[in-house]
Amino acid sequence: MQLEQLVSKFQQKDVKAFEMLYNMYSESMHGVIYNIVRDKEIAEEIMQDVFIKAWHKSDTYSAKKGRFFTWILNIARNAAIDKTRSKNFKNANKNLNADFFVGILEHSDNLDKQTDAIGIKKFVTKLAEKCKEVIELLYFKGYTQKEASETLEMPIGTIKTRNRNCINELRAMLDV
Amino acid sequence: MDIKAYIASGILELYVAGTLSEKESQEVFALTQQYPEILEEVKSIEASIVKLTASVAPKDAKHSFNTIKTQITSAENDTKVITMDKPKTNWFTYVGWAASLILAAGLLWMVNENNILKQQIEVVETDKEFLETQIENANNSLAEAEKLVDILRDRNIVEVPLDGQGDFANAYAKVYWDQNSNSIYLDAKDLPEAPEGKVYQVWSLTLNPLTPTSLGTIDDFNTDTNKIFTITNANASEAFGITLEPAGGSETPTMEQLYTLGVVASTP
Repeated sequence: MQLEQLVSKFQQKDVKAFEMLYNMYSESMHGVIYNIVRDKEIAEEIMQDVFIKAWHKSDTYSAKKGRFFTWILNIARNAAIDKTRSKNFKNANKNLNADFFVGILEHSDNLDKQTDAIGIKKFVTKLAEKCKEVIELLYFKGYTQKEASETLEMPIGTIKTRNRNCINELRAMLDV
Repeated sequence: MDIKAYIASGILELYVAGTLSEKESQEVFALTQQYPEILEEVKSIEASIVKLTASVAPKDAKHSFNTIKTQITSAENDTKVITMDKPKTNWFTYVGWAASLILAAGLLWMVNENNILKQQIEVVETDKEFLETQIENANNSLAEAEKLVDILRDRNIVEVPLDGQGDFANAYAKVYWDQNSNSIYLDAKDLPEAPEGKVYQVWSLTLNPLTPTSLGTIDDFNTDTNKIFTITNANASEAFGITLEPAGGSETPTMEQLYTLGVVASTP
């Protein structure tokens, strides 16, 4: 089934279609959320909340505004960032790991048999520092191009092309 | 339009990241609909990002779609249940109120019944006390009557009739003298009531010489019902007499007021 059909059925409250979308994106959202909150239980909780939220506000999604993945990625990042701003969370996690997502990959020793994950681990260890930073900010943290250029102190145009090159390297490694 | 240059610009990567403005995104979307090459590029970029982000997720996660499914379906069921339950709840409420009103009324009725029963018990108690008194009185009367019968049938008792004297010829009394117990039983049924301030006084007499000995006054003569009086008498009496004397009695009998007199028939 085409993604467009799947999303359309999901918007008509088709649970089966929703389940397929969940299977496609839940791991990804889990990764993004975990990278922000750095707590396994909280990350799972937020991830489930994100999908329940997506189900209830499915009518607000429009393909014209962006990809379905991008839509749910936004919900996930916002939910995770909201959580880190909550009082309870700040008190409990004062020493949030400052590492980028690569830190998680480099330090994780249970990557299962997922060849992709093992490949990605190799990729990120070889990846240039500037690539790690730009991918972290644009995809995991949801920075705008402008915010990223200010944080990394480089021109907006450079962010754009550098990101393009970094994603190309990733795609080459993943063969997509 | 130079599609390759457009792709190489890096705008599609930003499109997937969600950092473009809404207007820019709409433009990209329009181009993906127009050029399959651009759409394919977007899909590839997206796939690589999905895999990269997924690789960061903790691998020992326990989550499953079922958790979410239960929540979203139960949420829908809940709303249905609420709408269906509403009349039910009202019905239960009404029945509940009705039941409590009936219960309250029942309780009041029972309290009232209880009070009535208590009052009835009080009345019955009073009746019972009254009856008990009557039984006691009857028992006392019976005991006195039995005693009288016993006295009359006792062979050791000497009967002494006291006949009316002088002006008091209609008066009559009888003494039953139990010499074993040194007591007399005076039956004064046929004496008139003692006037105010006067009492009857009983005398024991010996005839040779005539010597009266007071056996005492009958102070309760007018109130006694059977007019039988028990009097101690340890004298060797030969006759008994009754005179009317001023209250408190006299040393010697007032002979003008001698009502009755009788001589003991046979001296033992």
